Amino acid sequence: MSDPRFHVSVSPHLRDTATIGSIMWTVSAALAPQLVLAAWIFGPRVLLLAAVSVGSCVLCEAAMQRGLGKKVTVRDGSAVLTGLLLAYVLPPGVPLTLPFWGGVFAMCIAKHLFGGLGANFFNPALIARAFLAVGFPVAMTTAWIAPFAWHGAADAVSTATPLYLLKHYGAAAMFQQYGAHAEALRHFFLGIRPGCVGETSTLLLLLGGLVLIWRRIITWHIPAAMLGTAALLAWVFGGETLFTGDPLLHLVTGGMFLGAFFMATDYVTSPSQPRAKLLYGVGAGALTMLIRFKGGYPEGVCYAILLMNCLNPVIENAFRPKRFAAPLPKPEPKPAAKPEAKPAPDASQKDGEGRK
Amino acid sequence: MAGIVKEFTKGLWAEIPPFRLVLGLCPTLAVTKTASDGFGMGMAVIFVLALSNLIISAVRKIIPKKVRIACFITIAASLVVTVEMLMQAFTYPLYQSLGIFVPLIVVNCVILGRAEAFAAKNPVHLAVADGLGMGVGFTMSLTFLGAVREIFGAGSLFGHHVMWAGFEPFQFMVEAPGAFVCLGVILGAMNFLTAWQNRRKKAAGQNACLACAACALAPAAEEQQS
Repeated sequence: MSDPRFHVSVSPHLRDTATIGSIMWTVSAALAPQLVLAAWIFGPRVLLLAAVSVGSCVLCEAAMQRGLGKKVTVRDGSAVLTGLLLAYVLPPGVPLTLPFWGGVFAMCIAKHLFGGLGANFFNPALIARAFLAVGFPVAMTTAWIAPFAWHGAADAVSTATPLYLLKHYGAAAMFQQYGAHAEALRHFFLGIRPGCVGETSTLLLLLGGLVLIWRRIITWHIPAAMLGTAALLAWVFGGETLFTGDPLLHLVTGGMFLGAFFMATDYVTSPSQPRAKLLYGVGAGALTMLIRFKGGYPEGVCYAILLMNCLNPVIENAFRPKRFAAPLPKPEPKPAAKPEAKPAPDASQKDGEGRK
Repeated sequence: MAGIVKEFTKGLWAEIPPFRLVLGLCPTLAVTKTASDGFGMGMAVIFVLALSNLIISAVRKIIPKKVRIACFITIAASLVVTVEMLMQAFTYPLYQSLGIFVPLIVVNCVILGRAEAFAAKNPVHLAVADGLGMGVGFTMSLTFLGAVREIFGAGSLFGHHVMWAGFEPFQFMVEAPGAFVCLGVILGAMNFLTAWQNRRKKAAGQNACLACAACALAPAAEEQQS
């Protein structure tokens, strides 16, 4: 029986060499250039911020897994990735207690009390950001640092993000601060602007996302749908009148690229079927723009993705793949009230795990 | 007498309303920003619960079965209006801080639940003991939850500063999500404690059996009987 052609086994028959560890470490590597850029723009303190966040997540994951009597799996890098993403969605000037508490909340409550990796309802990094936004509202909305302020004598120069200016003072005021239209967009694209640690550089995040697509870790559906919807809505509703908005401006500001490529594509909290992914991305993009235009916050990516996370089970159910087998036998007509048996949830491995 | 004591004490731990019966969660989550709010709410509930149990138990034989819920609500609503007026007269600041949640005592699940499950089936003295016990348990729970949230969220307890000088309030705890997280952690801790107690009881039973060889025969004898 050594001939592999005659190897008999039960399903699944398609196998892959990818492991949780390889995926998580690849994603972390794809995110790394942005951290280097952030350290250069906002000062080396962001490295400390990321270290606290990652350390807090790893420690809490290990402690929770030990406390709950599970196997300790901090080596697979999922806690490291959550910590890194958590640091990326914090303003660079926050006190170091914030990433610590955020990591505790993300790991202990958002992830492990819901069942650990694969069973968590929400993206742990984003729910931790929402938690910090409620718990420390002042630090989370004012701790922005102007680019290259750390080169000067001042400790930190607080400033306002482009989206904040856009929301409260209008486009003219924003371009007055960040230069003419083309120059401002170029700076935003390269990442030389105030913002959260990991959201500034559209270029680096785009490259990282393309690497993930090339390595087949994520598919193009969610990012394309989310960015496309956001651009369309920005074009239609972003200007003074309809169809005069500036789609590029809304794509390169805020956390749009970080959210689309690295947050919304989290395996656990996003759908697995291609059409479901498109719907999920469209929903995330539309909610983001709704919050940016009509909501109380200048930025909406975090809450948009969290809301779509809530809808994920519904979307996943609506796009259940067809069973590839002979039709189930019709039930006997005798018990009339009994509904027809539903097909077994054998769509994919992940699909089944999510519903247990 | 033993019956009264039993009905009173079950509300204090074994069937403590918000944490064991998981009833009356609306005020538990909404008015526990401070320990004194929780305590005041609990006091109002003790009053309503004991008197509604008393009245319902007294008239339980003449309430028609089909409209009993409406009767319970009417009785509870009259009592809540009374307590509302009393609070307006004597503890106006508390009345203001509890706001809409005083009238909402009418639809508090603890009131209706005890009326339906206990007062409508038991004599007056037991119903009053049950109402008082449940009310005291409810007050204890709300005060405890309020104290935890106030200590971490504002650094004070019953309005007095208790944390050290440089303590930075953990504002999350006094917001709505903090109530949910706190309640969840308390429920989890209570379940854990119960499981631990049961394990210990079982272990103690086994140890006692080892000491007394006759016990080893008991299960076999029971099996034969059954």
